[in-house]
Formats: sequence, C-alpha cells, structure tokens
Amino acid sequence: MTVKIYVPRDAAALALGAEKVAKAIAQEIVARGLDAEIVRNGSRGMFWLEPLVEIEVTGKRIGYGPVKAMDVPALFDAGMLSGGGHPLCLGEVEDLPFLKEQTRLTFARCGITDPLSLGDYEAHGGLAGLRRAVSMTPVEIVKEVTDSGLRGRGGAGFPTGIKWKTVLDASGERKYIVCNADEGDSGTFADRMIMEGDPFVLIEGMAIAGLATGATKGFVYTRSEYPHAIAVMSEAIGIARQAGILGPSVLGSGRAFDIEVRTGAGAYVCGEETALLNSLEGKRGIVRAKPPLPAHKGLFDCPTVINNVISLASVPVIMERGAAFYRDFGMGRSRGTIPLQIAGNVRYGGLYETAFGLSLGDIVDRIGGGTRTGRPVKAVQVGGPLGAYFPRALFDTPFDYESFAAKDGLIGHAGIVVFDDTADMLKQARFAMEFCAVESCGKCTPCRIGSTRGVETVDKIARGIEPEKNRVLLGDLCNTMKFGSLCALGGFTPYPVMSAMTHFPEDFVPAPVVEAAE
Amino acid sequence: MTIHIAEGDIAARTRSIVADLRSLEGPLLPILHQVQQEFGYVPQQALPVIAEELNLSRAEVHGVMTFYHDYRDHPAGRHVLKLCRAEACQSMGGDALAERIKALLGIDFHQTTLDGSVTLEAVYCLGLCACAPSAMLDGEVYGRLDDQLATELVAEARR
Ligand SMILES: Cc1cc2nc3c(=O)[nH]c(=O)nc-3n(C[C@H](O)[C@H](O)[C@H](O)COP(=O)(O)O)c2cc1C
Ligand code: SF4
Ligand code: FES
Repeated sequence: MTVKIYVPRDAAALALGAEKVAKAIAQEIVARGLDAEIVRNGSRGMFWLEPLVEIEVTGKRIGYGPVKAMDVPALFDAGMLSGGGHPLCLGEVEDLPFLKEQTRLTFARCGITDPLSLGDYEAHGGLAGLRRAVSMTPVEIVKEVTDSGLRGRGGAGFPTGIKWKTVLDASGERKYIVCNADEGDSGTFADRMIMEGDPFVLIEGMAIAGLATGATKGFVYTRSEYPHAIAVMSEAIGIARQAGILGPSVLGSGRAFDIEVRTGAGAYVCGEETALLNSLEGKRGIVRAKPPLPAHKGLFDCPTVINNVISLASVPVIMERGAAFYRDFGMGRSRGTIPLQIAGNVRYGGLYETAFGLSLGDIVDRIGGGTRTGRPVKAVQVGGPLGAYFPRALFDTPFDYESFAAKDGLIGHAGIVVFDDTADMLKQARFAMEFCAVESCGKCTPCRIGSTRGVETVDKIARGIEPEKNRVLLGDLCNTMKFGSLCALGGFTPYPVMSAMTHFPEDFVPAPVVEAAE
Repeated sequence: MTIHIAEGDIAARTRSIVADLRSLEGPLLPILHQVQQEFGYVPQQALPVIAEELNLSRAEVHGVMTFYHDYRDHPAGRHVLKLCRAEACQSMGGDALAERIKALLGIDFHQTTLDGSVTLEAVYCLGLCACAPSAMLDGEVYGRLDDQLATELVAEARR
C-alpha cells in the first residue's frame, strides 16, 4: 500500500525549510523505488517542531521533527516509512502534550488534511454544517449562531449572531459577506494558518453566512504579505465552485453564493472594517464614521456582514454540533474556544486552541515553556500592536474578554508576544507611537498628530529632558488619543504606551544624562 | 540594466490591464496591483489612463496609489528583501538583525543597492511570529534568522 508522507506547506513551515525537505523526500522515494506519496498538509501549529514530517502507519501518524533536508537520507535508513526509531522521531503526533491538551474545534482539520482535497475535507466532517444550514431558514441559522455565544474573533468581540441578524433584517437587493483576513497584528497567524491549512472551512463558514443573511457575494480581503494564503484560498474557491458548494445553487439549494479573493496593498488600517470596505471599493483606506453601520450600509452601500476569518471558520462546527455544544466551552461571556497564538521570544511557539479561561501565566510559562533565550520573561504583549504589555504580576489574569479589559488590556485577535528581560519597555512604547504614526489613516487629529508628538515625547523622556513633565504630558496625550480618536488605531495605541509606563516605570527613568556635558 | 519603456507602450499596456479587470466590483486596487506586476512599479503615465478608463479624476487615482505602502512610483531592485520590524520579531533581536542587514547591503530601508540588485523594505508582520525574526525575499519566506542565515540571504539576494 502506498505510504503517505505529510510535509506541511504552511508558510511558517516553508520559512523553516519545508520545501527543501519535501524535495529531499521526493528524491529518496525515487532513488529507493519506494511506494510512497507526499501530501502537503497545513501545519499542526507546533513551530518549534517544523518542518514536522508525519508518516501514516496503520492509521496512526508518527512524527519526525524538526527535519532538515540533510536529515532525510538517515531518516529513510532508519525506516521512517514504517515509523522507525530515529533521534528526530516524536512518536504519535496526537499524543504530544501540546496537541493533546487542546480543544480543536475551528482547527480540527488544520495540519491533518490536504488543504485542497475536498474528499479529505468531507471525510473529516467538512460540509456537515453547510448541509444542515441548507435545510434551515435564515432565522434558524442566525438563532443557532447567536445561541452559540460566538463573539467576533477579530478583536472587538461583538456577538456574531447579532451582527448577522442586523443584516438579515436589513432590506437590500444585494448583500455582502466580507471576510476580514487582513491579520496585521504582530503575533497573530491563526487566519493565515486556516487559509493555508483548511481553506474549505472558511468557504463553508462564509456560505453559511450567505444563507443566513441573504447575501449572494462574499469577499475575502487579505494582505499582500500573505502570498501563500492567497494562492491556496484562490485555488480552494475554484475547487468549491466546481463542486457546486459555491455558485448559483449552493449544494443544490437553489440559493446563490460566490466568493472572490482580494489583496490589500500594505496598510495596517485596512484591517479596520470600514477602512477595509473603502479599500475593497477601490478608495483610500480611510476609516468611515459610524453610523451607518456596515450591517446597514456597508460595501457599495449595501448591507454587509464583516467578520474575521476565525469567526467565520468557527461557524461550520457550530452548525454541525449545535449551539449548546459550542457554548459549553469557555467562561463568563467568553464562550467557545479561542485559537491562542503564542509567539515572540518563546520556547514552544505556535497555535493552541482551547476554551477561554486559561491564565496568562499558564499559557506563557507552562504551554509556551518560557522564553526561547532561556532568560526570565519580562513582559507579554497580548492583542497585537494596540494591546497592553502585561508584567508577570498580571499572569493570573484569565484569558477572556472581560478579565483582560478589567486589567486595562485586550485580547484582540489572541496574539501573545513574549519578551525576555532584555526588552526595553520605553523603546516598545516608542515603537507603538511610531507604528501609529506610520499607519494612521489621517482622518483625525489625535491619531495623526498625537502619535508623532508621542514619539517626540518618549524621546525626550529617554534623553532625560524634563522627564517628570514629559511623563505627565505623555499621559495627557494618551488620554486625548484614547477619547478623541475615531477608531481603535489611535484610540488603543495608549494601551501599549501606558501599560509600558505603568508596569515598567524603571524603564522610563533616564540613565544619568550624558548630554548634560554638551 | 535600465529598462526603458516607451510612454505609448505604458498607456497601451495599462489600457489592456484595465480592460481585463474593469468588470470587477471596485476594480482600482486589482488594476494597480496588475500594473505594478507588469512594470515593477506604477508609472506616472499609467495614472491618467486608469483615471480616464474608470471615469475617475486623476487626483483620485493618485490619492489611492499614494495611500498604500505597496505601490512604488519607481522601479525596485531586481530582488526585494522585506524584513519584519514588528514586535514578535523585535523580541527575538529583530532590530540588531536589521542593523546587520543594512550594513551588509550598505543601504537603509526603502533604498536600493547601487548595483540595482536589492531593495530593502520594512514590513510589519509576516505571520511568522512564532519563528521570529523573519523576512521575505521575492515572496519566499524565511524564519528564525540569525547572523549566518542573514548573511546567506543577503548573498543570495545580491546574486
Ligand atoms: C486599526 C484596526 C485594525 C484591525 N485589524 C483587523 C484585522 O486585521 N482583522 C480583523 O479581523 N479585524 C481587525 N480589526 C477589527 C475590525 O474592525 C472588526 O472589528 C472585525 O473585522 C469584525 O469582525 P468580527 O466581529 O468577526 O471580529 C481591526 C480594527 C482596527 C481598529
Ligand atoms: S484613529 Fe487614526 S486610523 Fe483611526 S480614523 Fe482616526 S486617524 Fe484614522
Ligand atoms: S512580528 Fe515578525 S512575523 Fe509577525
């Protein structure tokens, strides 16, 4: 029987040499005349083990990693194809603690299947949610999603069902589903992994959203920094169309829905939903004032659902297993599972899907294994460039929307970036202001001008120029940005800046001034 | 090597790109992407053509083109090296790595080496944050860069 060898095609695996490994394996198969085939799967999300090669032996997946191309001949000599022993052998992949302790609902197939095989997708539970949705009325679908407690995973945490209901109730000849796949936050890669590793689940989720709201057209707006995701997504859409999942009659329902992929052009602010809509329309990515809500007047002034990739990709499992199944995971008002993205200076970096509620310390120290450099953890930034820096003292904060908000933080898209004790928090605060200045859409003054003034003020503190006065000024400026900005780019930049100053005051005391001698 | 593109040629090729894409809903970004793909940058002479074909003002097209970081108004080097400057990469020594690469190339960000081989750009996150610091060379991704890998990458880019 043909042996299946899995070598990921996920961009992070490729960044660590997966392509060379796949080539080396292909060569060995030919040279040794073996009956084996290479499957390019997505990633399991254990990036310290990538490239992670898996062999399917009697229904089990045995892993080897991290594999370098030069390891390949030795792996074949050691009998890799029958799960043979070798220092890189990890045993059964599903048994690795990092995977075993997860609750993978949205990422159930990611890393397991061939992302472009519909057969694989269905064999692993795919399309069951859409099939059920086809047999339901829009009101019933919306109710299921509402009851699941799913909140938007893009950052704001707005209940997805309520958003869908607004669009369903809105009158309009034409409605749209827009998938926000802009994923610009540092430390986040869940959207990318889904698009590269299980694109059909996103397509299925969008089709369900279409049936639920009466929208007939969907756009996936993603970033130019993600060429691999764009390629896989586009190909998957073509396959889905051929199979009648997309097109004039979704799964023979008589209801139409189709999807198009669009590429951004390198502007962080285009992740903000209204800026994204402007960009899709071919305009500058400037934020629109709300109201009107996109649900009423969105893309081309039509009622529009705009949801993050993970929000949409979580819908199929909700439709398949029912609202109650999903809602039973989590804590408080944060229901279901959240794909944590553990990144930065961390030993076991990767994607960890679990119910809400783990403590930050548990995530960083136990699951992430502390820093990669082996030094003490100093700070953890959660929620991307607009998220707060948390010190160890806040490690008991449970991972949910409300608990983080209560500590002046946010979970955002659940990106977790770890820094060791060499980090200079004043420098990080400066970067936050600088990033805001570079990426500001320019519509409002606090953000456009405030961020530049912010950089100057941090610089003055660093140089010991009236530090006390400038720390107060920086606080004032943050306050103005927080309350005077139209969108969260200007409005949330104070989170990283103020948290750095509050939790790490020692970094904001200038070293004895050298310039005094000048 | 400098490629001279005749002005009439730019207009004609731009017109054919617009013809291919104008039926899209909101076609301007896809058109600008395609123009940049075709010429390596968005030539000034392409803007009035796009404006005329889409029935937009020239100022509007200019405004859109200049808003986005991706579109260039002059050709890049033969290779484009993008280095991630965002937080996860910073946490793994991204700043020191950037300094090293700048020194190896002898240029700063947004510049092109004198021999025209490499343009260096800053990017803010490539989604490779769990294997930081990372870079992209002509669309190929590289993770966990250290001094040695960076040197190899620069050597490859200069070829
Ligand atoms: C500056 C800025 C950038 C954002 N970037 C993203 C992004 O990359 N992806 C995303 O899904 N949401 C992003 N958001 C949030 C969106 O505006 C919006 O809340 C989200 O797309 C709604 O989808 P959801 O309800 O499924 O979360 C951003 C918001 C702001 C203010
Ligand atoms: S806060 Fe900044 S990005 Fe947001 S609308 Fe105002 S200027 Fe634009
Ligand atoms: S922060 Fe550098 S790849 Fe994400």
